[in-house]
Amino acid sequence: MRIRVNGLERDVAARTLAALLEELEYGDQLVATALNREFVRAKDRVETPLRENDSVEIVAPKQGG
Amino acid sequence: MEDALTLYDAKFDSRLLLGTARYPSPAILAQAIHAARTGIVTVSLRREAGGSRAGESFWALIRESGAKVLPNTAGCRTVKEAVTTAQMAREVFATDWIKLEVIGDEDTLQPDVFGLVEAARVLVGEGFCVFPYMTEDLVVAEKLLEAGCRVLMPWAAPIGSGRGVNNIFGLRALRAHFPQTPLVVDAGLGAPSHAAAVMELGYDAVLLNTAISRAGDPVAMARAFALGVEAGRAAFLAKPMTPRDFARPSTPVIGRAFDEGAA
Repeated sequence: MRIRVNGLERDVAARTLAALLEELEYGDQLVATALNREFVRAKDRVETPLRENDSVEIVAPKQGG
Repeated sequence: MEDALTLYDAKFDSRLLLGTARYPSPAILAQAIHAARTGIVTVSLRREAGGSRAGESFWALIRESGAKVLPNTAGCRTVKEAVTTAQMAREVFATDWIKLEVIGDEDTLQPDVFGLVEAARVLVGEGFCVFPYMTEDLVVAEKLLEAGCRVLMPWAAPIGSGRGVNNIFGLRALRAHFPQTPLVVDAGLGAPSHAAAVMELGYDAVLLNTAISRAGDPVAMARAFALGVEAGRAAFLAKPMTPRDFARPSTPVIGRAFDEGAA
């Protein structure tokens, strides 16, 4: 399935957001996620299906002003 | 806590909020946080690849500092982006505080104040404590307060410009119109004298980043800004004299030697 992850096109096997994080080796990294610009809570990732052409954002703490 | 800064019912000794971006190294950032004696630091969220631990490493440094975090929505250009970013920040940083930026112009990074008010309304409705990055516009300020913001953060000049106060009349008017609202000058300050100047106007605090992080010696500059903020606050409380158009001798005139006109 082809989706966008952090702005890049990728072919992935994962069918849920949680599985995607596992497939992309996020492990227990502290990240927040959004699917098609909607926030998805960490506890909801397992129940969040992915579909063709979805756009996923995976973000982590960063320096900011 | 004497003369504490109160923001959303939280009290702080320091009136300097510090940004964490663009320091030469994490070690210098940590030293600058200490030297600035700040109680609040701003942080952000950015895309991260699987397997990277950069975000966690930074977050550990911030936690060690003991400062409260104020996540931002820096770079967001729409209400939707800002709201979603705020929601993600709340989960990652475990705080309802959000520095709300909705950028409307690329050259000046001027906020889109229409989107700002709309996003503020949404986020307040979701229980966020919103710190809106705004222009010094009085009407926008009124709308943000109506939306439920309890702190306002007007710019002094464009982000990262270091120009100091572009519109002192506007900032003075904003202070006068909203005497009970905590006002934090956010963006555009370049030197400790700029910080002292806005504190002398009665602003409650300043938020600094580039002026410290890009200084030749960020740690020393953090200390200098802390002193500037402290001096400006002390001066405001001491009620500065009113400027005059003509001279007035400070030394008593009566009794001057050689004064032929008097006894």
